Amino acid sequence: MEIPYAVKPRPDTGLYNAKVGIWLFLASEVMLFGALFCSYILLRVNAPEGMWPHHWLNIWLGMTNTIVLILSSVTVVLGWASLKMGQFKRYKFYQGITILCALVFLGIKSFEYHDKFIHYKVALKDGRIADGHLQAAETTLPVFWHLQPVIVEGHLPKDAKLTDKVVLEGWWPKDETALMDPPLDHPTESIEIPASQIKSMENYGPWHNTYLAIYFTLTGLHALHVIAGAIVIFAIWGPLAKVWEQDPERYVNRVEVSGLFWHFVDLVWIFLFPVLYLL
Amino acid sequence: MSNNPSPTQTLHVDEHTVEEMRHHIRRYLIVGVALAIGTALTVWASLINFGSREINIVVALVIATAKGGLVAGFFMHLISEKKMIYAVLATTAFFFTGLLFLTLWSMAHASIIQIR
Repeated sequence: MEIPYAVKPRPDTGLYNAKVGIWLFLASEVMLFGALFCSYILLRVNAPEGMWPHHWLNIWLGMTNTIVLILSSVTVVLGWASLKMGQFKRYKFYQGITILCALVFLGIKSFEYHDKFIHYKVALKDGRIADGHLQAAETTLPVFWHLQPVIVEGHLPKDAKLTDKVVLEGWWPKDETALMDPPLDHPTESIEIPASQIKSMENYGPWHNTYLAIYFTLTGLHALHVIAGAIVIFAIWGPLAKVWEQDPERYVNRVEVSGLFWHFVDLVWIFLFPVLYLL
Repeated sequence: MSNNPSPTQTLHVDEHTVEEMRHHIRRYLIVGVALAIGTALTVWASLINFGSREINIVVALVIATAKGGLVAGFFMHLISEKKMIYAVLATTAFFFTGLLFLTLWSMAHASIIQIR
């Protein structure tokens, strides 16, 4: 038996099944991201004075990603409109750009994440703080049950034990408050710290503080949505394109529904960008 | 495009649909440019000191809301959607507003504890 209103809209609501489905799903997504936004507001407002970070993220990379997502939203609607006019090749062109935009967005996001994972705050035993990107660290690492001396670059593995010195490309903030709001153009230098002088050393992962915890949670969840949306759009664009030959109206509906999800992903980023990068 | 589609599997494309879609495309491009300008405006506003951080936050959120309205209204076609979709969204808006008030209430409650 054929499922009713899978393609043609139901006369009383004027909607086909998938469209109702995607809007109900997006409603649940609003509540999911809404709850996380509320968590952000609570953390932000209740943070002690001077202890909420600023300028920790690259505004220009964030802005570029915003423009990339906006462009992808435009190409999604242009693709849908092309299909409505029966122009399949144009649709393929526009959705191809959408998929490329998704990859560019994820590439930039990965770069930003990597930058945080190789960024270290080093607390010295004499009370000073060094902050910067790890260039090299002489450590031992377990290799086949034996500790082996290794020079690590970029990111220290969890089991690494410092043996000699750590080299950072960074600066010396005068205290924690200075670290929270670093000048936009502070000069950096090569800093060499003997392992014996280091009290603690931690990178800027989600465990570093509440700001980075909520940053990674919000942007990580958003990135998962970008990945999911890109996979669905790619599947409709590539492997499932034959549906256009067999049932064009169903195909247009699929493009419309996947497009609605994609616009929602764009919408969420429009709020994430100022909240995480600028405020 | 279909090489030999049966009559029930043909997409209905007439002059009216084409004209309507061309109108839509013009609108999408204008909205896209407006969103790009809005993004630049957000960054510009964040670099200006409006007197207090709270005002900066409000300005950024107002611009973000305007941009979000453009995406929802034009790209997601909410300016001309069916009643059932509006009903779903109204229910969501009700619960989302409740969630925000719950957040504000919990913040106010925390302040009272701090004063005591």
